[in-house]
Amino acid sequence: MYEGVVQNLIDELGMLPGVGPKSAQRIAFHLLAAEPADVKRLAHALLEVKEKVRFCRVCGNVAAEEECRICRDARRDPHVICVVEESKDVVAIEKTREFRGRYHVLGGAISPIDGVGPDDLRIRELMTRLADGRVTELIIATDPNLEGEATATYLARLVKPMGLKVTRLASGLPVGGDLEYADEVTLGRAFEGRRLLDV
Amino acid sequence: MHVAHLSLTDFRSYDAVELALEPGAAAFVGPNGQGKTNLVEALGYVATQSSHRVATDGPLVRQGAARAVVRSVVVRDDRRALVELEINPGRANRARLNRSPVSRPRDVIGLLRTVLFAPEDLALVKGDPAERRRFLDDLLVARAPRFAGVRADYDRVLKQRGALLRTAAQARRGGRSPARSGRRAESEAAFAAAGAGDVLSTLEVWDAHLARHGAELLAARLELVEALRPLVAASYAALAPGSVPVDLEYRGTLSTGSAGSGGSAESAGPAGPAAPAGPAAPAEPAAPAAVHAPDRAALEEGLRAGLLEVRAAELERGVTLVGPHRDDLFLGLGELPARGYASHGESWSFALALRLAAYDLLRADGGDPVLILDDVFAELDAQRRRRLAELVAPAEQVLITAAVPDDVPAELAGARFDVAEGSVTRVR
Repeated sequence: MYEGVVQNLIDELGMLPGVGPKSAQRIAFHLLAAEPADVKRLAHALLEVKEKVRFCRVCGNVAAEEECRICRDARRDPHVICVVEESKDVVAIEKTREFRGRYHVLGGAISPIDGVGPDDLRIRELMTRLADGRVTELIIATDPNLEGEATATYLARLVKPMGLKVTRLASGLPVGGDLEYADEVTLGRAFEGRRLLDV
Repeated sequence: MHVAHLSLTDFRSYDAVELALEPGAAAFVGPNGQGKTNLVEALGYVATQSSHRVATDGPLVRQGAARAVVRSVVVRDDRRALVELEINPGRANRARLNRSPVSRPRDVIGLLRTVLFAPEDLALVKGDPAERRRFLDDLLVARAPRFAGVRADYDRVLKQRGALLRTAAQARRGGRSPARSGRRAESEAAFAAAGAGDVLSTLEVWDAHLARHGAELLAARLELVEALRPLVAASYAALAPGSVPVDLEYRGTLSTGSAGSGGSAESAGPAGPAAPAGPAAPAEPAAPAAVHAPDRAALEEGLRAGLLEVRAAELERGVTLVGPHRDDLFLGLGELPARGYASHGESWSFALALRLAAYDLLRADGGDPVLILDDVFAELDAQRRRRLAELVAPAEQVLITAAVPDDVPAELAGARFDVAEGSVTRVR
């Protein structure tokens, strides 16, 4: 145990995801040795992120303004919406530069164990967005785990009567990998989702 | 296959032990509490990465040590594989194969295959259905490691669905509709009209997933039971000649659920082996068991229908009432169920016959598994002891633990190790 303030800092840092007690201690001593200006900048960034960042009124993504950068961008295709669990999934998909439509961030997945039901996700907001009939395709990109799949099924059932095209991201083999290294579940999924080779 | 070398560091009572083994029979002899079972438990751990004695890894590590290491050299078709496992309770285990680390310890499961006979096996016959379900599922995983994932997925769906049912049950008892939490947006009306937001619509989603994963597990179990039936009957007949014939039958909640209504009995029809004709009508053992490939789609449909039927009861009690987690493997002794009717000796024969059948099945898949007989002979009468010894003697490697040398049948005389106070000495 260290003296008051140092231990406080270590405890606070230790609460961050992926930071254990050893790492927390290391970061704390790094900060102690750092230039005061650098530490001020970090502190400022921390405060600022809480004060300024909001969630987009339309899609639920993190935003600096009322609406996020993507929702404000008129060049994005308004007919396709990609549904993801978290804002960080938006970033991941944006990196591909493959998708030119818009997003909808649910804020999690259905998981009764954690007390998360459809009402706790931004599903109502999604239904409102779909209500005007402008959207023709809904791409469901929730995580390929049990809770993500359940959420996908739930959404697909919910929007089925609206008659729009609902798709699910494919799961399967990593590109550039070796077939022999794939685990059985992934390989099994890849078999299920195989497609016709068009030549 | 056989184990050529076993080395333990900080495993159970052993701080360090090196053991050279060879094909054929080997007996570990010593008084109780000296560490005989710890040796075979370590081999079982290499094979399945779980212990047959405890559910968690904590007790496997010697008191005061941080981790245990189990190294074994497995020889299969003249190929030697060095499998090393580091057991870290509370953290991820690590595994190495031929001195190279593997990314997931699960990847070395199956390099060593064992079939373990233990005094606890009596529970297969006398115990709860859970014991028999575990027997089937463990065997599925041993034959195809993929099923470890299927089983985990099914358990997870069950947990999620259970949590949802409990919430619904609580809300009912509270005399109000299931609680609505979270944000309320302007589109409340449209949302409600879409039929969302209540427990039932989410329940349907979990029903679908339960049916899907459940059907996969169920189809595999049905197929397994069909494969086991003739083998168990043959093993039992060999262990106890002249006794009444025995039979296995998979009894599922699926069939009982559909028995009540004529409508869905049709859809559940392809679950043939799961649908018992009646308690007093075991299938005729004379007829060759047709390998019935259960139709997964039909099973899934049947499970879904079954869930719908019991929905009211489920919402009342807050538990999932239909699915492979409530099924049983019925063991029939002539016209009677073995459980409750079989004598002590008959129960033992049945338990041994189940293990022997598992051994036959694994052997047919390729690679003679290592047989481990943990303190079993002391429990058997002279005739069963001799028969069992004759049946297992041809195996490539048989490892036996016994409290006294006389408990090792003459048919299995081979290498002998004396185990005392954490040290193992070869005496023959």
